[in-house]
Amino acid sequence: MKTMELRATVNGQPRQWTIAPGDLLLDVLRREGFFGVKRGCEKGECGSCAVLVDGRLVNSCLMFAAQVEGCEVLTIEGLAEGEQLDPIQGAFLDHGAAQCGFCTPGMILAAKALLNKNPHPSEAEVREAMAGVLCRCTGYIKPVEAVLAAAKQQPAKRATRKREPAQVMR
Amino acid sequence: MSGRKVVGNNVRKVEGHKLVTGRPAFTDDIEMPGMLYGKILPSPHAHARIKRIDTRKARALAGVHAVLTYKDVPRVPHTTAGQAWPEPSPYDTYLLDSKVRFVGDRVAAVAAESRAIAEKALRLIEVDYEVLPAVIDMEQAMAPGAPVIHDEPDSTKIYDRSHNIAGYILREIGSVEQGFRESDFVVEREFRTHRQQHTPLEPHITICWLDANGRLVIRTSSQVPYHTRRQVAQILQIPVSRIHVIKPRIGGGFGGKQEMLLEDICGALTLAARRPVKMEFTRQEEFYMARSRHPQILRLKMGVKADGTLLANQMTVLATTGAYGSHATTVQGNTGSKVLPLYRTPHMRFECHVVYTNMPVAGAFRGYGCPQGFFAQESLVDEIANHLGIDPVEFHLQNAIRLGDIDRLSAQLGEGREGLPRVIRSCGLPECIRQGAEAIGWKKKRPAPALGGHLKRGVGMSCSMQGSGIAGIDWASAFLKMNEDGAFFLQVGASDVGGGADTVLSQIAAESLGVTLDKIVITSGDTDTTPFDVGAYASSTTIISGGAVKKAAEKVRAQVLSLASKMLETPVEKLEWGNNEVFTTCECRKSVTMTEIAMQAMYKEKLQIMDGASHFNTDSPPPFCATFAEVEVDTQTGQVRVLHLATAVDPGTAVNPMQSEGQVEGAVTQGMGFALTEELLLDSAGRPLNPNFLDYKIFSAKDMPKLTTILVETNEPLGPFGAKSISEVPINGPAPAIANAIYHAVGVRIRKLPIRPEDVLRALCDKAGRTPWSARDALVPLPEQRYQPLAKEREK
Repeated sequence: MKTMELRATVNGQPRQWTIAPGDLLLDVLRREGFFGVKRGCEKGECGSCAVLVDGRLVNSCLMFAAQVEGCEVLTIEGLAEGEQLDPIQGAFLDHGAAQCGFCTPGMILAAKALLNKNPHPSEAEVREAMAGVLCRCTGYIKPVEAVLAAAKQQPAKRATRKREPAQVMR
Repeated sequence: MSGRKVVGNNVRKVEGHKLVTGRPAFTDDIEMPGMLYGKILPSPHAHARIKRIDTRKARALAGVHAVLTYKDVPRVPHTTAGQAWPEPSPYDTYLLDSKVRFVGDRVAAVAAESRAIAEKALRLIEVDYEVLPAVIDMEQAMAPGAPVIHDEPDSTKIYDRSHNIAGYILREIGSVEQGFRESDFVVEREFRTHRQQHTPLEPHITICWLDANGRLVIRTSSQVPYHTRRQVAQILQIPVSRIHVIKPRIGGGFGGKQEMLLEDICGALTLAARRPVKMEFTRQEEFYMARSRHPQILRLKMGVKADGTLLANQMTVLATTGAYGSHATTVQGNTGSKVLPLYRTPHMRFECHVVYTNMPVAGAFRGYGCPQGFFAQESLVDEIANHLGIDPVEFHLQNAIRLGDIDRLSAQLGEGREGLPRVIRSCGLPECIRQGAEAIGWKKKRPAPALGGHLKRGVGMSCSMQGSGIAGIDWASAFLKMNEDGAFFLQVGASDVGGGADTVLSQIAAESLGVTLDKIVITSGDTDTTPFDVGAYASSTTIISGGAVKKAAEKVRAQVLSLASKMLETPVEKLEWGNNEVFTTCECRKSVTMTEIAMQAMYKEKLQIMDGASHFNTDSPPPFCATFAEVEVDTQTGQVRVLHLATAVDPGTAVNPMQSEGQVEGAVTQGMGFALTEELLLDSAGRPLNPNFLDYKIFSAKDMPKLTTILVETNEPLGPFGAKSISEVPINGPAPAIANAIYHAVGVRIRKLPIRPEDVLRALCDKAGRTPWSARDALVPLPEQRYQPLAKEREK
């Protein structure tokens, strides 16, 4: 099989990988251990495999790995700085926006791409930006809340907050 | 202890950090040395016999390590339904068979060094089929002369194989005939529901290997690790203890993974190749080779007094399970047993035929038969209330089941057998109705005149209930042990499928032990290291597994207190616990920390503080739900747009309200898809037409209406800290609430799902010729009943 050398920056680290010309970016990233890039449909329909290439949100299942030659690729693994979570990641935790968590990397990266361009989006803009990432668990309510909260730089109150006592019936 | 510290709080998901940072957590997130790729050759025919199958060319291909056909594997009739033994589903499935029964059925399987080689090997398998006539229309399945789908003699527990009947149910409370005679109005309608697919974002995936001791390890995305272990052992004919099932993080299940689906064939390939094998469904395969919701035709007949009192409720269902009877009788049993008793009707009758067809296999799906039943029942109730001039809100309050009522139908209709009566010990339904109506603006919008122009708005409602575990069958166990740092390892067989069970169970343990949540380290769903649990289904985990955790924690707490009593020289009765310490209630206020207790136990007393417990319930307390929808109907196109959907749910205690809300929001989104957009279509040869996300439409972030979620908490005596369940019940509401809102907006009744624009437009066009109501008789003559119940003797 013919092979070629791919040079790209992945999550800030220069990488050089031997790939086949037809390899998809999704397959190469997963092969190299970036398991946060999820395989959901392989047709560009679900967005679970989304990554940022030079800041643009792409479905890595629709891209040849060779196309990222010389590019900067950001996967979910590269978003936090050490133990310091990105505000979007923190907001996802505080708002219960991750259920099964399979679409979560794509969701968070879609939000990241949006907030990079538009730091104070409206709810409609958030929904538009996240429409390419399908979720079957959440109904998108809490993910959208989380992104809006991250945009406001006002992380929701933390875990230990006691909830308002709900109406209790006996 | 007064005042809960952990239960009832919006804590972060215990495993949340790894999910938002993309750490390897899911089945596919490992790489095994020498791992092969397994692939199934799917049948291109809906019904065929394999006359000849030649795998020589495939076996000869470089990189192929195993090729299996029916000639190579044990023939063991079984069900793939992940249910407690003995499974009530028919044993009508084989690892591989010489007959195929739907497009996508297994013909052969290969394991090769890459996916490309595996796919090439499949193309090299030569198969001669004897194509048989297929049953595609469920209404023709029982007809005389219909092709018999399960003609093999060794299948068992099939109700009537010669007529393609997988299961049959007949139950009656009181006498519906008497009820109809005593009624002022009797109305009968037919409703149709369709094939919805779970579409978890992670398709089914399994990785198998042989460990150093030669045991078969199955790492799989499953809701039922323990049932899977038992079933794979049965199918591959190896001892249960030679199998180790690991459930890693699951990327969504919704019932589709309450099924042993890839594990058996992946295990067989692993045993044949003696190398690790990975098998996964592509998205396309997931649509038709995995499971879907049972399509049903429901005939509902209700009798009511002029004052709105419901007297008789009769439901007759024809459903298809597809080619195999996985969950056939149990899903349909639920359509009766969880739906009809919502009303205090003295006379109820439920009859159901579940038939085989040469179509994709139906199975468990969130709601488990209830979304179909409630669509029919709540649509008809709305029609009756409208006819009688009673506000549907009042009609529901007047007729719905109440605190202290006993649901007798559940006693007759359990999980494929006699059940147990349900006593309503907690019921927030009236409050759900009140708060839901308030949220949607019912009082203002219900009487409002329709808008002018072609856009009409309306509001509609529905009520529903579900269960919390299967009474007398579902059980779970939990084990706790204390570590030197005062933290506890919690081991549960329960399977968190994404809903947050690991967090909820940890909260229950922390609350019971008086420690903070960070002091609980949970391991779940591993058959080697965690004790038994039936699995994540039937809305059981919080109440059943949570019950086991609470019991185990209380036993461990007794050990902790006993040692603390010694250390503090104070009797146990004068001790309190909380915030990671045990303290005295007397003036002196002495205390010891959990860490000190642990160190004392381990290095002075030579004692491991640990204990386990098992738990089951003999009742299945129902969570209740009221759903309100506001829609806008375009009378020029028939397009229906949901503007607002308000859901009020009584889950008992919400152990983690934020997660509970998430369950509701996810369920109603799937419920809206069921109502409006999602349908797996098949052509006349049983081939799927839209197995992809472009043509099978699930809601995206942009498509969502405004959602309001209200938790009406009650205190369920049978649940841990008063909890019942929440994950399933809200999915029942949207379809009928939307259909009823459409009626309110434009005056047409849509009785077939999904509600497509063309159906609404057609109904609007037909509206002029409608027949008015008449007492005692059905409003519109029903179409001729095309299927005839058999004359043979019924089971009692």
